Amino acid sequence: MAGLAARYPSFRHGIHPPEAKRDTCEAEIRQFPFAPALIVPLSQHAGKPSIPVVREGQEVVRGQVLARADGFMSVPQHAPVSGVVRRIALAPAISGRMTEAVYLEPFPGSSQEVPDGEGLDAESASPEEIVLAIQAAGIVGLGGAAFPTHVKLRPPDDRRIHTLMLNGVECEPYLTTDHRVMLEQSDDVHMGIRYLLKATGAGRAIIGIEANKLDAAERLRETAPADLPVETRVVTVKYPQGAEKMLITALLGSEVPSGGLPSDVGVVVINVATAAEIGRLLPRGRGIQERVVTITGPAVGKKGNYRIPIGTPLRFALGQVDVSDDVSRVFLGGPMMGQALSSLDVPITKGTSGFVAFTSKETGTRPQEYPCIRCAYCVDACPVFLNPSQLGLLAKNGEYAAMADEYRLMDCFECGSCTYVCPSHIPLVQRFRQAKAILREGRSKP
Amino acid sequence: MSDSGRVLEIDSSPHIRAGHSVDTIMRHVAYALLPATAFAVYVFGLVAAVTIGVAVASCLLAEYFLTRAAGRPATLGDWSVVVTGLIYGLTLPPGLPAWMVALGGFAGVGIGKYLFGGLGYNAFNPALVGRAFLQAAFPVSMTTWLVPLGDGRFWTLPSSTLTLPFATPVYDAVSGATPLAAMKFAGETTATADLVMGLTSGSTGETSAVLLLAGGLYLAARKMLNWRIPLAILATVYLLSALVHTVAPNDYPPPGFMLFSGGLMLGALFMATDMVASPMTARGCVLYGVLIGLLVVVIRLWGGMPEGVMYAILFANAVSPHIDSLVRPRVYGTANRPGSGGSS
Repeated sequence: MAGLAARYPSFRHGIHPPEAKRDTCEAEIRQFPFAPALIVPLSQHAGKPSIPVVREGQEVVRGQVLARADGFMSVPQHAPVSGVVRRIALAPAISGRMTEAVYLEPFPGSSQEVPDGEGLDAESASPEEIVLAIQAAGIVGLGGAAFPTHVKLRPPDDRRIHTLMLNGVECEPYLTTDHRVMLEQSDDVHMGIRYLLKATGAGRAIIGIEANKLDAAERLRETAPADLPVETRVVTVKYPQGAEKMLITALLGSEVPSGGLPSDVGVVVINVATAAEIGRLLPRGRGIQERVVTITGPAVGKKGNYRIPIGTPLRFALGQVDVSDDVSRVFLGGPMMGQALSSLDVPITKGTSGFVAFTSKETGTRPQEYPCIRCAYCVDACPVFLNPSQLGLLAKNGEYAAMADEYRLMDCFECGSCTYVCPSHIPLVQRFRQAKAILREGRSKP
Repeated sequence: MSDSGRVLEIDSSPHIRAGHSVDTIMRHVAYALLPATAFAVYVFGLVAAVTIGVAVASCLLAEYFLTRAAGRPATLGDWSVVVTGLIYGLTLPPGLPAWMVALGGFAGVGIGKYLFGGLGYNAFNPALVGRAFLQAAFPVSMTTWLVPLGDGRFWTLPSSTLTLPFATPVYDAVSGATPLAAMKFAGETTATADLVMGLTSGSTGETSAVLLLAGGLYLAARKMLNWRIPLAILATVYLLSALVHTVAPNDYPPPGFMLFSGGLMLGALFMATDMVASPMTARGCVLYGVLIGLLVVVIRLWGGMPEGVMYAILFANAVSPHIDSLVRPRVYGTANRPGSGGSS
């Protein structure tokens, strides 16, 4: 297998966790029912929260704007359901904090049709019109980061974008959202690429897909319109191949400068599901009101990929898929970087690519922590070539300044590969997050 | 799902682990040493079993008492001291008085491991510290060797083994010279085939190059041994001794002899690769291996002792942290190596 894997390009280092995608990779995307109450947070994205434009008691139609963008670094929120605004109040968010949200109660008898808005033609629209239309559609990175997509399309003026990169790697174990979207919505992906190429001015698009999704790569190649300068390339199955910087290195060989952005090397990276949503919504002038979510894990009975209205409470969603009574941990996203939830009263948001539920069998007892034996597994795993072992020792001693200045802690993007491989079971990435938080706090104070 | 009394864990990511741990690594190192251990018993008989057994037992007891005395949690379960004891036993001359074996075991674990802070903090390979202690304290006993494949070896012990503590050991008539000592002091070379198979005098477990290599390959395949270290050591020893032999073939032994004699295989594969006391980066490991190889050749050919593997490794152990701070990989997205005056 090593010889086979070597055929595809990759970044250096990284790890090979079990893929655990077999349960859901062949499950077609299924429409999810509406919950009896939906919670649409005003801050589902990186940037400023949106400003509500509806009032309590108001009736809204599915697709209608509930809250408008607050400036460029923000996006609007659309009604995921036709119904009544019950209240606008604080709601628990995934982060554990409370954020303001619009509570909606669906009309029981409504057909839940979405009226089309004014569509945008990819051929005749100007780059500025496309950027504004993407913002107006409320689109953020659907891979999990939830960064407003239109902001990515407006890099600093001195950066010229030559390549639009579509990220279909989905290297997190368990998740199959992007895989299914590429298979079932390849035309939407290509339409999205058409808009995105125009908006960025890039001359070509490259779709990067991990070698465990060759069917998706083939589908995208087969369905690519002849006039679209798009190319699908397969990369090695390895975590974290889907990290922006790693994918750029795998496909183009260049490295994004430390502290820099992909635009510094002339690239914009967009998740394939985000591109598909752009391709689906913009021609019809609609906003985003649902997304594809993988619900899986050993504690889930009906594992699958579901199109779920934004704002659906997790408790309702889990109730639909036969969750085992032995469930002990639920986390949003994959097991490598996903966030464990303390409460099921949080809603599914635009950044929710999936959730995985473990039973006590998987979480088990915490393994005994040993001293670092300098085995260098973490050094060989770190995709940005840091020395996690040394950073771990410094973190233990509270030497945060040395971590940042001498051992470049801030280049760590918290992929968790070091913790995954550590035979001493040292919570390395967890200590790095703490150290970063302490450093940020210290530096923000005068 | 009902929700009454459900407690969700909120541990932070990653939520999955590779599944190996320190004790599994150490256990596999012990497995990898078993063929060489069994062969030692075949070649030297009962005495090898006693020597290795006393070595392991003394290291285990030392660790047990030292952790207890320090009020620390018991650490026998991590298997690291079993590996230390096994390697230590394999480096000893088979007829060494048992009380010396036990004393060296306590010294190795006590000085080499616990004085530095226990597992993960030992700057030197504890097995070699124990051996170096004995070499300094009992130089004669540490250089008196048994002949291989002696008659009656499976049911009799040489009288030296059971010497009372602090009494002068009496050696049987049948003591042999190691191939390296024969080469150094008598100018005799040994057939390479005997060296590869291990049918020569020497420390209990160092003689069979084939079985040691098999164990090393097993560990390297499981990524429990950094193959760069033994490869760099063996390549350096081979190339340097080939060069010297080519220049003066009558004065210096051929490179094959250098490669398969003495403790080089055991040292290169199982002692220099001690994770704690060796560098972490790929380039650092190569540098470290080359250093050991150079020292081995220099000590063997031009030093006062016939064998130099132990001191070469101990010296390189001391240099290892400096190699790590000297050879740091370039961080992704940066031009400079960290700590070399680049921007931070």
